Amino acid sequence: MHMADALISPAVGGVMWVTTAGVAAYSIKKIQNDLDEKKIPLMGVMGAFIFAAQMINFSIPATGSSGHLGGGLILAALLGPYAGFLTMASILTIQALFFADGGLLALGCNVFNLGFFSCFIAYPLIYRRIIQKGYSTRRIFGAAMLAAIIGLQMGAFGVVLETLFSGKTELPFGTFVALMQPIHLAIGVVEGLVTSAVVAFVWKARPEIIEKASFGEAIGNISIKKVVTGFAIIAIITGGVFSWFASANPDGLEWSMFKTAGIEELEAPDGIHQTMSEIQSKTAFLPDYGFKVSENEQEQGAVEGEESWPAVSGGTSVAGLVGGAMTLAMAALAGMSISLVKRRKKRLTA
Amino acid sequence: MSNIINSLYNMRLLDDLARKETAIHKIHPLMKLLTTVVYLTVVVSFGKYEIGSLLPLFFYPVMVLALAELPVKPILLRILLVEPLIIGIGILNPLFDHQVFYLGGIAISRGWVTFFSIFIKCGLTVTAALLLIATTGMDRLASAFRMLKIPRLFVLQLLLTYRYISVLMEEVARILRAYSLRAPEHKGIHRNAWGSLAGQLILRTFDRAQRVYEAMCLRGFTGEYNTGGYGKIKVWDFAYLLGWVSFFAIAKIYNIPMLIGSLLTGVVR
Repeated sequence: MHMADALISPAVGGVMWVTTAGVAAYSIKKIQNDLDEKKIPLMGVMGAFIFAAQMINFSIPATGSSGHLGGGLILAALLGPYAGFLTMASILTIQALFFADGGLLALGCNVFNLGFFSCFIAYPLIYRRIIQKGYSTRRIFGAAMLAAIIGLQMGAFGVVLETLFSGKTELPFGTFVALMQPIHLAIGVVEGLVTSAVVAFVWKARPEIIEKASFGEAIGNISIKKVVTGFAIIAIITGGVFSWFASANPDGLEWSMFKTAGIEELEAPDGIHQTMSEIQSKTAFLPDYGFKVSENEQEQGAVEGEESWPAVSGGTSVAGLVGGAMTLAMAALAGMSISLVKRRKKRLTA
Repeated sequence: MSNIINSLYNMRLLDDLARKETAIHKIHPLMKLLTTVVYLTVVVSFGKYEIGSLLPLFFYPVMVLALAELPVKPILLRILLVEPLIIGIGILNPLFDHQVFYLGGIAISRGWVTFFSIFIKCGLTVTAALLLIATTGMDRLASAFRMLKIPRLFVLQLLLTYRYISVLMEEVARILRAYSLRAPEHKGIHRNAWGSLAGQLILRTFDRAQRVYEAMCLRGFTGEYNTGGYGKIKVWDFAYLLGWVSFFAIAKIYNIPMLIGSLLTGVVR
């Protein structure tokens, strides 16, 4: 479920980065307000625990296959939603840096998909609601199962939306959803089973650990309306700023709007949208990338309503091939000569 | 089990590489971080049909790899491990985009072009992230995060997680070895042992966190993880960032391979 950089557009990556940073900043504020610094090492070591626990293969009865722990829900259940979210964020950062599991630009998407839904939606709205009546093995099982499945379904749907808005794949929405949701239903069941088994064990052995975790208050207390409006404003502003990087003529978002609504751009009301688009057209250093496209192609692009397609006359395609090969050869040559010079220098000094 | 050993090996390799002292390693971590972010943004900002103009961006990883004296093989291996995931999604492009165009007399479907553009982008972005950590290291990167005003609580927690990954991985490796000795021929952990196996590890993790915290307090922990100062940003560090950013901008605005190609084919004619 980790998204790679290659599949997202700068606009989607940027919006998700800002949104995730906002959630993280809010979580940090909450933790600082109501917790002692004792929790910091616990968060750190628990992050390492999830990392290591992901290496354990749990064999799934009657299937012959095995699954592993994702971690979002168990972190929320053991550390509370805020610390759980931050711990998940640091795990995903390390995975992106050291293991190329999910990219750095896609980090915002990944933290949101894997952390936000399980810690801020599934945990407070499902898990805690069920557990509130008191702990029992059965309730832990039901709560963990339902929360894990719903959290992962939402995360998978997030992946679908973010990928489609980025417009890098040709996968139709329906096919993508039909691929992602059932797979993540199975993953969610495994996650729920493992989480409930582990939480139930810890609760029996050391009940205070589990019961302590639930005192970190979650979204229940703050007005959801405020949060949503906040996010909407952030998303609009960053969308405006980042879309100057947007790649294609109708970029992913426009493309999907075009496909679903049938109009290129939803009618822009006056006010902030207008201002933003004016700023955008002024700051865009490549307005619509039209500066090198001949009129003929522009027309073609307008007719097809698709990304401008490079001209494919014989001359330019040969020039493109030769030039591309030359560029790569030059890069390789530069690299090799630097290594050669360095090696020779070392030999001389040795 | 081999999974754990691979992960540990990988982390230690990158740690070792980060300890080298080449010109690239000496550049201020913040400048390297910013260069990487700009690079990634530029790479993914290219349209899905623009393969040609993407090629000059190969210069960045090649130059950094050579100047930082990094081994090519392990980094290539990492990319190869990640590519299948991308191929899995990208390979569907040729199925959905059948429009054909001709390149030097050969018919190619657009779907393949978009597939290759995703493939190349994946290679470039993965390499850039690995090069950042292999030339900077976690501690120095964390100091760059602090300079960017990322809250100390998060940075501290990130560093602690990183520090304890190897400890807990070794612990998991021991647990799994013990389990496999007692339950031979089992593919994974049996359902009956799910809770107790991972649960015991959690209990130990909590106790360990308590000990870590006490040890930190005894050594005068005041809430800051000291990484040995930030180091000043010198003119050369700025020049590094500026140089690369202007190169990326030129590569983004002009189709360099096309310019070289037209120049060469023009000369031949």
